[in-house]
Amino acid sequence: MKKSSTTVQEPPGAVVHRSTPPPAWQPRTDPAPLLPDREPYRVLGTEAVADADPELLLRLYAELVRGRRFNAQATALTKQGRLAVYPSSTGQEACEVAAALVLQEQDWLFPSYRDTLAVVARGLDPVQALTLLRGDWHTGYDPREHRIAPLSTPLATQLPHAVGLAHAARLKGDDVVALALVGDGGTSEGDFHEALNFAAVWNAPVVFLVQNNGFAISVPLAKQTAAPSLAHKAVGYGMPGRLVDGNDAPAVHAVLAEAVRRARSGGGPTLIEAVTYRIEAHTNADDATRYRGDAEVEAWRAHDPVRLLEHELTERGMLDEGGIRRAAEDADAMAARLRDRMNADPELEPMDIFAHIYAEQTSQLHEQAVQLRAELDASAEPADDARGQGEAR
Amino acid sequence: MTTVAATAAKTARAAKPATMAQALQRAMRDAMAEDPAVHVLGEDVGALGGVFRVTDGLAAEFGEDRCTDTPLAEAGILGTAVGMAMYGLRPVVEMQFDAFAYPAFEQLTSHVAKMRNRTRGALPMPITIRVPYGGGIGGVEHHSDSSEAYYMATPGLHVVTPATVDDAYGLLRAAIASDDPVVFLEPKRLYWSKAQWSPEAPATVEPIGRAVVRRTGLSATLVTYGPSLTVCLEAAEAARAEGWDLEVVDLRSLVPFDDETVIASVRRTGRAVVVHESNGFGGPGGEIAARISERCFHHLEAPVLRVAGFDIPYPPPMLEQHHLPGVDRVLDAVARLQWEADS
Ligand SMILES: Cc1ncc(C[n+]2csc(CCOP(=O)(O)OP(=O)(O)O)c2C)c(N)n1
Repeated sequence: MKKSSTTVQEPPGAVVHRSTPPPAWQPRTDPAPLLPDREPYRVLGTEAVADADPELLLRLYAELVRGRRFNAQATALTKQGRLAVYPSSTGQEACEVAAALVLQEQDWLFPSYRDTLAVVARGLDPVQALTLLRGDWHTGYDPREHRIAPLSTPLATQLPHAVGLAHAARLKGDDVVALALVGDGGTSEGDFHEALNFAAVWNAPVVFLVQNNGFAISVPLAKQTAAPSLAHKAVGYGMPGRLVDGNDAPAVHAVLAEAVRRARSGGGPTLIEAVTYRIEAHTNADDATRYRGDAEVEAWRAHDPVRLLEHELTERGMLDEGGIRRAAEDADAMAARLRDRMNADPELEPMDIFAHIYAEQTSQLHEQAVQLRAELDASAEPADDARGQGEAR
Repeated sequence: MTTVAATAAKTARAAKPATMAQALQRAMRDAMAEDPAVHVLGEDVGALGGVFRVTDGLAAEFGEDRCTDTPLAEAGILGTAVGMAMYGLRPVVEMQFDAFAYPAFEQLTSHVAKMRNRTRGALPMPITIRVPYGGGIGGVEHHSDSSEAYYMATPGLHVVTPATVDDAYGLLRAAIASDDPVVFLEPKRLYWSKAQWSPEAPATVEPIGRAVVRRTGLSATLVTYGPSLTVCLEAAEAARAEGWDLEVVDLRSLVPFDDETVIASVRRTGRAVVVHESNGFGGPGGEIAARISERCFHHLEAPVLRVAGFDIPYPPPMLEQHHLPGVDRVLDAVARLQWEADS
């Protein structure tokens, strides 16, 4: 070893090759334009903000405030036992809201379990969006009607779905873009890799947004990947990788919008890494103090997506005390409506467990349904009535 | 090209020998011609026509957008098929070999099988998953698994397997037409089995979920499917010499299960042997034997027996004949049906 400071091999000196490799050895894509910038893209506090559409900024703000309030309300509902569990996206609202607002009506959103806010910001009834977390049926809405795939619980498995749907839409000649959301932990799954690879090879109109919130439950990003950034992974598949400040709502929106435009115009997929932070624990059932310190959380609180935008808008005279109050009141009203509606017990029909397994019920399932029906009928009879009368009948 | 077309037209109605692989190809071709929503995708399904040539000519006829060579990734193939089905297509997915379908299991169990249920009927998954399965062709490891028990154990999937050339066509047409996901198991060793078959007037489309009595008999029922059907028919012939008149039931569909046909047969004969080449322990035979016992107890003259592959990872090809249940093993089981209360 001549040099111990580097593991990179020295290029061999000038050697005259007798032949050049056949075409398969040539690079197929110039990696340079695919590489992400070193620093996440930012709009707030930069000159780029002057180009931002004021209406969009105000819309983003209103949605951020509602989203923050929604997270608080949903978490409160877990304490009342109205929700079985809630994975809060507090701190990540900018990603959620931008993801919803960047899409046109015909586009599709592929959320993961943490993305209730994105789904609600896209216009879905919050109660329908919360069915899964409530312990009611998995998907409380018709995905085709809203162009929102079911919230995916198995990590990264929704990504190939997004690719397949975008591919199918393009084959049909439809103007549809699919936006798929995934967490930093999810990028380690095989389905993430396979989805990106298919998307690039098929040039599918799909955008992947990684919300890098620092943790996969308790595991920090450093134990998840050794890549320079998650956005860098794009280059290996032959698609652009983009880094964005995930707490800067107009920045996330701008980067997403650019990627959606590219996809729509036949330019293929993009991988976007939004750098953000999960302020709350993984879910209400998790204890975050076991794997991270308060100082880290506090540092991120200072870079809060709602405050960042609020500050910018007030500085620029687009928002005043009255505007802030109105946004808060609107969010409170939304939360109150949600609370009221969630406080009503959902009506569940036990026999429904045999519905929708197959288009037509099999005889095996029919027998089991008959059994449950009998059990339900028996338990519905008054207790003393039921006793001893079985044989009599 | 005109000469080929002319020849085809001339022999249009004449039945001629066709292989199961050809019948399967024909089923996909006809389905694709009838319905533009039908798309075939998988590894090597395009120019090569699949490693077993089952998709032969589809890419040439329908283009690469309809018959697509995918990247080499089974979860990706099935996962993208889910998205395609969400958008109204009817993907027919080829898994190259039984043991190479395992990377796609998560998509299969978590999404393909459950999507209809999770969305309360809003998103059916009309996906056909073709899996060449089973041994007997001298394949090296990972090329001979019988994985039907895994699929059977997953609610939401149909599991079918043809044993004849006619059924290969009829069942595959039904699978592609089904609004539910169908795991379509193709017995590799029957790919080149031939039958008189008229591709111009193919057999009827077979509804999924019906077993068929392939041979009637009175003294015992052999319940079987897929690659073991030929073994059972042979055994039934051989058993005649011993005075056994065996009935042979070909299940064709493992899910849904045709209790009716099986029960009617066993009630007639009073004895049953379940025959398959997949492992016995935790295998399909246990489920089938239990169903028969529960429903035919008073009609049974002997316990329901199973003849299955051993509980071993699939052995090397030079030893596979010792693993695969053959005629002799079936006949031994039949002999054991002469049940004495104290035996
Ligand atoms: C395939 C799979 N493995 C494990 C889990 C359990 N699990 C749920 S969330 C989670 C961490 C996910 O982290 P990340 O992708 O970063 O998303 P985040 O929760 O931070 O939004 C794990 C391991 C799962 N849901 N799916």
